[in-house]
Amino acid sequence: MKFDTPATTNPIDQLKVVGKPTDRIDGPLKTTGKATYAYEWHDVAPNVAYGWVIGSGIAKGRIASMDLEAARKAPGVVAIVTAENAGSLDKGKRNTATLLGGPEIEHYQQAVALVVAETFEQARTAAGLVRIDYTPADGAYDLAAAKDKAEKTKDGDSVVGDFAGAFAAAPVKLDETYTTPDESHAMMEPHATIAAWEGDRLTVWTSNQMIDWMVTDLSATLKMPKDKVRVISPFIGGGFGGKLFLRADALLAALGAREAGRPVKVGLSRPLMMNNTTHRPATIQRVRIGATPDGTITAIAHEGWSGNLPGGSEETATDQTRLLYAGANRLIGNRIATLDLPEGNAMRAPGEASGMMALEVAMDEMAEKLGMDPVEFRIRNDTQTDPADPNRPFSQRQLVQCLRLGAERFGWAKRNPQPGQVRDGRWLVGLGVASAFRNNLLTKSAARVRLDQRGIVTVETDMTDIGTGSYTIIAQTAAEMMGVGLDKVAVRLGDSSFPVSAGSGGQWGANNATAGVYAACVKLREAVAQKLGVNSADARFEDGQVIAGNRKVPLAEAAGADGLSAEDGIEYGDLDKKYQQSTFGAHYVEAAVDAATGEIRVRRMLAVCAAGRILNPKSARSQVIGAMTMGVGAALMEELALDKRTGFFVNHDLAGYEVPVHADIPHQEVIFLDETDPISSPMKAKGVGELGLCGVGAAVANAVHNATGLRVREYPITLDKFLDRLPAMG
Amino acid sequence: MRYSGDLDMTRRGLLLGTAATAALTAAPFRAPARAATVGETAMPPPATGTDAPSLSPVLSKVTFTVNGQRRDLELDTRTTLLDALREHLHLTGTKKGCDHGQCGACTVIVDGQRINSCLTLAVMHEGGSVTTIEGLGLPGKLHPMQAAFVEHDGYQCGYCTPGQICSAVAMLDEIKAGVPSHVTADLNAAPQATVDEYRERMSGNICRCGAYSNIVDAISNVARREA
Amino acid sequence: MRPFTYERADSPAAAAAAVERRPGAKFIAGGTNLLDLMKLEIETPAHLIDVNGLKLDTVEATPDGGLRIGALVRNTALAADQRVRRDYGVLSRALLAGASGQLRNKATTAGNLLQRTRCPYFYDTNQPCNKRQPGSGCAAIGGYSRPLAVVGSSDACIATHPSDMAVAMRALDATVETVRADGTTRKIPIAEFHRLPGDTPHIETALVPGELITAVTLPKPVGGTHVYRKVRDRASYAFALVSVAAVVQRDGSGRVAVGGVAHKPWRVEAAEGEMPRGAKAVTSGLLADAKPTHDNAFKLTLVERTLASVLAEAKG
Repeated sequence: MKFDTPATTNPIDQLKVVGKPTDRIDGPLKTTGKATYAYEWHDVAPNVAYGWVIGSGIAKGRIASMDLEAARKAPGVVAIVTAENAGSLDKGKRNTATLLGGPEIEHYQQAVALVVAETFEQARTAAGLVRIDYTPADGAYDLAAAKDKAEKTKDGDSVVGDFAGAFAAAPVKLDETYTTPDESHAMMEPHATIAAWEGDRLTVWTSNQMIDWMVTDLSATLKMPKDKVRVISPFIGGGFGGKLFLRADALLAALGAREAGRPVKVGLSRPLMMNNTTHRPATIQRVRIGATPDGTITAIAHEGWSGNLPGGSEETATDQTRLLYAGANRLIGNRIATLDLPEGNAMRAPGEASGMMALEVAMDEMAEKLGMDPVEFRIRNDTQTDPADPNRPFSQRQLVQCLRLGAERFGWAKRNPQPGQVRDGRWLVGLGVASAFRNNLLTKSAARVRLDQRGIVTVETDMTDIGTGSYTIIAQTAAEMMGVGLDKVAVRLGDSSFPVSAGSGGQWGANNATAGVYAACVKLREAVAQKLGVNSADARFEDGQVIAGNRKVPLAEAAGADGLSAEDGIEYGDLDKKYQQSTFGAHYVEAAVDAATGEIRVRRMLAVCAAGRILNPKSARSQVIGAMTMGVGAALMEELALDKRTGFFVNHDLAGYEVPVHADIPHQEVIFLDETDPISSPMKAKGVGELGLCGVGAAVANAVHNATGLRVREYPITLDKFLDRLPAMG
Repeated sequence: MRYSGDLDMTRRGLLLGTAATAALTAAPFRAPARAATVGETAMPPPATGTDAPSLSPVLSKVTFTVNGQRRDLELDTRTTLLDALREHLHLTGTKKGCDHGQCGACTVIVDGQRINSCLTLAVMHEGGSVTTIEGLGLPGKLHPMQAAFVEHDGYQCGYCTPGQICSAVAMLDEIKAGVPSHVTADLNAAPQATVDEYRERMSGNICRCGAYSNIVDAISNVARREA
Repeated sequence: MRPFTYERADSPAAAAAAVERRPGAKFIAGGTNLLDLMKLEIETPAHLIDVNGLKLDTVEATPDGGLRIGALVRNTALAADQRVRRDYGVLSRALLAGASGQLRNKATTAGNLLQRTRCPYFYDTNQPCNKRQPGSGCAAIGGYSRPLAVVGSSDACIATHPSDMAVAMRALDATVETVRADGTTRKIPIAEFHRLPGDTPHIETALVPGELITAVTLPKPVGGTHVYRKVRDRASYAFALVSVAAVVQRDGSGRVAVGGVAHKPWRVEAAEGEMPRGAKAVTSGLLADAKPTHDNAFKLTLVERTLASVLAEAKG
């Protein structure tokens, strides 16, 4: 189905099932431990051997020698895979560093060997016997030091008007630099794979967000036909972008299984993960804003620097600044430096998550300079069209409504604009606000839908559910389209034998994948109508029946003994060119800062989101609160601490890399504005999973400023960065 | 003194280990010649062929109950309770998130108390009683805490969920038993069932999806009904 | 993790004797730190002696009005003990500030004292570390040292001791009781129990090989207001940046021990005379010989400010 004109009324608009706050259909499995994750397929791969991955002990250089002798002789060892015996490997186009290093080493803990043994304990012990001598080489690890050598990215700068002239002439100016650190996805389920060969066919049970990318890159790396690789990943213990790609667990499990001649399972050990897998790259961001005294932005510039391995991409931290606020003169662009750190790549809301942490603090600082309320300053500079192209409207843009409603619900009017004035016992208390912004991305997505003689509708698509609620919203979509209850829908996901979907990433999953299911269901409705000899346009699908004129036929009967099946997908025209499709929101945060120690605790949080039709308010709300939680982490604690001498992320486990725990997170409120976006898809939906993260860190930072009067422009905002600026102790 | 896995067991483990590795010469058990150390670091023995027997797995028998069912196992002494559950008993509801006591995904209830099953050896639980998520309830017959997690959407990816639920069940018992917490205002009074208490006490269970707010709602719901 | 043989001990002396008899042997109790390190092969015992069966899991009153805490009393049980809560509140608070509910249910009193540093370089076997591999160097010096020691450190090691419990015990003048393989017992004041790193950071305590902790005794209660304040980046389940254990009397006198700053719980009795004069005066004595790094110099200010807050709280 080609979607190239705005949606009109369709069966989804009935909202009998879609749009309802529905418990997840996979809930009973997940809450009882019966959902099977990658490492847990005991029944499918008997006689499995265990693989343990060894990572490089240096960040850059060469392996001079590897002594595998002791490991080979160790009890239970059945195979060892290194670059020397792995055969000729290619590299998937989505990988920057090779997944099996050696003799060249590209980053710290790059996988260099897999030891396979009869048991997990034996594999781990034998891995400890491998002796590797390295010839280290000098590497570049420090972004600040490499910044001057950074280059403009291939997209070039976005230039509108004359920024330099307008900024110079602006009566009120801000020019500040902000930094965000390297961050780790730290999903709870480590990367894991079971691989089994049958002749020249490979099956991997893994944990991956993008099934077709995985099939493509695994087959490319192994130089084998794509149709010989099957990827199965029905449950994923978190990804956040860290499982978008083929990673070392899957490649090495496949190589290990080939070498061992039997199935092999590999889970990355937690201490290996933070240097072995991808991470969100650190940024340096310079923001300049010029405005007239009434708060009208006349000039805005946002430049961002990040680093990556040669061939890697930049963190697009400035991109939202092209679209978020008005301003006649603009200069926006990203620069990239070469760094020999582990591969930088997408983490939840790549670009905006980091970029909004800078831009939205800059807006707060500018409002302060202007003596304006920061909510009003943002509203003053709203734009309903792409600032670089007045003929290109936003499909929907309710930023102002989000800000206003949020201010009302949060009690913003009670905020003391003078910072450092509100005290509650030993705590300094402040309120902060930030806009939320994340683009809506359209990508094709397909599904297969079957109707059987019991009247059960089964949906199959290689879409994944990484905690997002895909199972449930797909079931809701199919139920709405086919006129059945959720109890009559079965959803099967995460298998490359199913039609290729959008997958899970970039908050594009919900809208695109359900639109693909919508398309398949339209086709199935046609098939049902055709079988009954009625015009599909005249047929209504309600209460498990097809109703046409005065005929009422149960779906089960219509399906017949052989059932009916349809496959289709959604494809898009150029509506995303004609219109800018984005999601909007407002974050409000109350933070308390211990006046003595500088410890920061978040007390209240509210997000108001405008993101098209909300398919399931219950799971969508969870997406937003989860993102808000990750935003608290980014604002206050998360940082891969880098040893700039050796290119080593030092705090390489979950004790050292702190993410928020229960005690860090208060009750969180989320409000969804009533919105449908017919430009987006037949579902009229957009994504929210990343929107909730974009801006929340800045809202925390702004609340800390309101509490203390202090600005920390170097994330995370930890007490060591401002302790000496807190008021003296009495 | 007694040997749990007696010496015969140890020897049998040795033989199994050597049998699996033809390249090794069978040798009697010999601990590496290293100084005994307490409070002092024991350096790893050099990995040479002559030390190979010390690399052979040591097997030991252990019996405990899991979810009310007696389990007799013969395990490599290195096997954690977590791996015994997941890899030997195929009870994969208990999750391995970090394997180092830093996330809580492996939380199970042993002899009435929640613990991290990754940081305890299976052989240390002779005669013990283990309750895992599978022992609390099953699809169609959910434990009230499991049902509350579904109702309040107290999870997303689901990977930390069994640990959160086991932890929550045992945590409410700890409050009832009068165990104080970091946020208990008065150490000499009985701790109260409040959301701040839940948040502090549940902090050993990390949820990277960030379902905390909903998890606390789920726990509050159960606690209210139990009260 | 290297293979190991395993046995259960049935008396403290027998356990000590067994460790002495078996080269490479170690005791295991809660296991929450030892197994963590064994998985990384930072600890590689060839034999484990499970001491959980020893009857050392009770808290008993001593004749002089103090408490004798069995080595195997779990952190949860100790924190919840009514006498500890009433008379040694700083200890209960310190225990409850540490780790997580799950870990406290397993971790023992003796094991808590013996836990090893959380220096992230110690935890990565690719990195030089004099504590892990004597003579290999210290990667933390000149590296990422934000969480590490500011006082009492050496050119060989800037690790900190991670315990909260031990900091409170230091303030309470606890005594560590042990038994050796030959059956002899001794009492080690907690001040002498943990060592500074010096040239031998791998030797962390006063214990000799085979020596087993049987109990920790607390002298009779000293009254006063008990406060334990742990400062950390996240609100729970995190190691301290710094922590302050204080017992403050009505006249402003008292005791202060500090965690997160040194290779051992840090207390300078001579500085406590300044307590009535306030945190600045105490801290300048407490941290007089501090040698912080660029990354962790903030801890000096943090100790002073935290102590000031604690003293204010104690004053009520």
